[in-house]
Amino acid sequence: MPFDFSFVRADLSGRDCLPIELSEVGVAKGGRALIDDLNLSIGSGRRTVLMGPNGAGKSLTLRLLQGAIAPDKGVVTAGGRPLDASNRKRIGLVLQRPILLRRSVRANLDHALRAQRVAASARRDQIEELLTLAGLEHRADAPARGLSGGEQQRLSIVRALAAEPDVLLLDEPTASLDPHATQSIERLIDQTTEAGVKVVLVTHDCGQARRLADEVLFLHQGRLAEHTPAATFFKNPVSEPARAYLAGRLVL
Amino acid sequence: MFNRLLAMAAATLLTASPTLASEPFIIVQSTTSTANSGLYDHLLPMFRSKTGIEVRVVAVGTGQAIKNAQNCDGDVLLVHAESAEETFVSEGYGTLRTDLMYNDFVFVGPKDDPAGLAELSGVEAALNAIAQAQAPFASRGDDSGTHKKETTLWRSAGVDPTEASGQWYRETGSGMGATLNVAVGMGAYTMTDRATWIAFGNKGDHRIVLEGVSELFNQYGVVPVNPERCPNVKGAPAQTFVNWLISSEGQEAIAAYRREGQQLFFPNAD
Amino acid sequence: MQDFTQAFGEAFSLVAAGDAELFGIVSLSLRVTLTALVIACLIGLPLGAVLAATRFPGRRGLSVLASALMGLPPVVVGLLVYMMLSSAGPLGPLQLLYTPTAMIIAQAVLVTPIVVALTQQVIETLHAEYDEQLRIMGLSKLETLSTLLWEARFSLVTVALAGFGRAVAEVGAVMIVGGNIAHATRVMTTAIALETSKGELALALALGLILLAISLAVNAAAMTLRRSAHAAAAVA
Repeated sequence: MPFDFSFVRADLSGRDCLPIELSEVGVAKGGRALIDDLNLSIGSGRRTVLMGPNGAGKSLTLRLLQGAIAPDKGVVTAGGRPLDASNRKRIGLVLQRPILLRRSVRANLDHALRAQRVAASARRDQIEELLTLAGLEHRADAPARGLSGGEQQRLSIVRALAAEPDVLLLDEPTASLDPHATQSIERLIDQTTEAGVKVVLVTHDCGQARRLADEVLFLHQGRLAEHTPAATFFKNPVSEPARAYLAGRLVL
Repeated sequence: MFNRLLAMAAATLLTASPTLASEPFIIVQSTTSTANSGLYDHLLPMFRSKTGIEVRVVAVGTGQAIKNAQNCDGDVLLVHAESAEETFVSEGYGTLRTDLMYNDFVFVGPKDDPAGLAELSGVEAALNAIAQAQAPFASRGDDSGTHKKETTLWRSAGVDPTEASGQWYRETGSGMGATLNVAVGMGAYTMTDRATWIAFGNKGDHRIVLEGVSELFNQYGVVPVNPERCPNVKGAPAQTFVNWLISSEGQEAIAAYRREGQQLFFPNAD
Repeated sequence: MQDFTQAFGEAFSLVAAGDAELFGIVSLSLRVTLTALVIACLIGLPLGAVLAATRFPGRRGLSVLASALMGLPPVVVGLLVYMMLSSAGPLGPLQLLYTPTAMIIAQAVLVTPIVVALTQQVIETLHAEYDEQLRIMGLSKLETLSTLLWEARFSLVTVALAGFGRAVAEVGAVMIVGGNIAHATRVMTTAIALETSKGELALALALGLILLAISLAVNAAAMTLRRSAHAAAAVA
């Protein structure tokens, strides 16, 4: 599918991704540590997959990386500076369950572009490009909440891309989708990566992780258990929890 | 978007205000009987075609009408409580009180007349009979002209009906019409001005059980509100209206007003 | 029962005859109530949204106050506005007493708390759903509020209808500040009160039926609008 993605990463060539780092980060709720002394950095590799059993803190980590949640302890930096409004703008986050506005597909994108202070004249073209990218040209005027699950997720992803982020964080984008819809999302992720956007993805689906990951971060009980290239992770995981997880033994 | 809505609202507000209209008008704070009986509908068009002055009537109980006029919220006061009107003038709120017209009060009651008022000839005897029979009596209880009059009559009859308040003595705290509706609804006696009674549309089986005695005389007076006291008052058109009411033309117009063949108000300005 | 049949008959013949006086009363009623409603919404919708979606000292107090004011008797509002607008009152020089503007003010005072409290309720629910997404999108506080209000538009139609209902049915406040002056400030409710006090019960009931019909028409129109827009947006 040929498309012009130039507006998203016009100055893409040769530019480094925005590195994001968590240092000694902790999050607690009701006296229980959900994330404890977590250190990790996102930067190397085009696509990072965040894996781990339920309750390992994957979704929470994703939110910490975007600044949607502030840590109780530790520091989150992006591009070497603590997260603030200006560098947060360069990090997109797509929640597991798409929360679309009760408007048309087009109006959802228009709203996102307006939030980025894009001028009206430029918005029209960008909406068309995002619609093409999502494969939703024919659904442009349909109510967003009437779309199928896969279409909603694609819209949700291109909406995040409207902000022209350097890094896109995706929380289990295909969790409740059928194989066909999953395929369309993965294709969209490929296109996003090709356009030079660094993707960080949470998934439970090992097949998907194998298909997409350049590197894997494995979380266990709120800590980073392993950070290895994808090839190494799936062939020869270093940590015991990761080995147990891949063997289907580790549930929690 | 927001600003446009605001501007729209402001525009609506401005156009909604008739105070910008150039035509002169005055406000009369009036007792209800003159309004409810239709007298103003008869008089005001004549006055307007003669002078071009529009008269707007706020019809409330006499007590409230006087209060409103004391707040300078009217140009003319037209009520029926002579001593209260005199006080209004002596306290400087009005310029001069003039007798305008009279009619009379009547006692109305259920057809079977349980206290036997129709056989009695005086108000004193009638009120005592009601109290003795503990027959239900609906009182305005609202400090209106009619209520003031009724209170005076009970006092001279030597009965304190408020001791039976909530029992056979029912104070409605509302206008004449509402009180008549109550009286008809619960088969009670009540005292009303004749004009309101004649024009009243929900008489049910009620009829007049006592009338035509001198104590039931009902005098209406008219007072222009004092422009010295209330600078916003439209003194000139207000005086024009009062002058017209007490002129022979106005007095004849009052005498000519009839409902169901009966004259409701009898002019007596001198 | 005779009054009922008579009332329907009178209502019908009043409407059929295109009675000019009735038309004036009906149009003044609508003008006053709709203007008051617009004002109440201009104040109440943003305020309700602010109470629902932001945190600031005194927020709780304001929110309790709005709920409490919903129960304010119209007569009390009428009295307060009368005392403000009376020639003897602080706003006396404006000479607004006994004008439709005074009635609009009274009804706006009456309706604004309803709009505030109900809007707050509606927006709170939506805010819980949207908050994280909107924060991720980096919306400013103002953008968040306007987004929430627009997302709530269908429910807010119902909020406005509740306000309309309270205002159009209200008699105590407009009677005091409007004075029920024929051809100037007489609206449906004060006309009904007047005809009742004249003992013209059938006519009063006939006017009541017409008011009911108008209210039904306004509600039906708003609901149709709401349903079709709702269907178009296919709200989950």
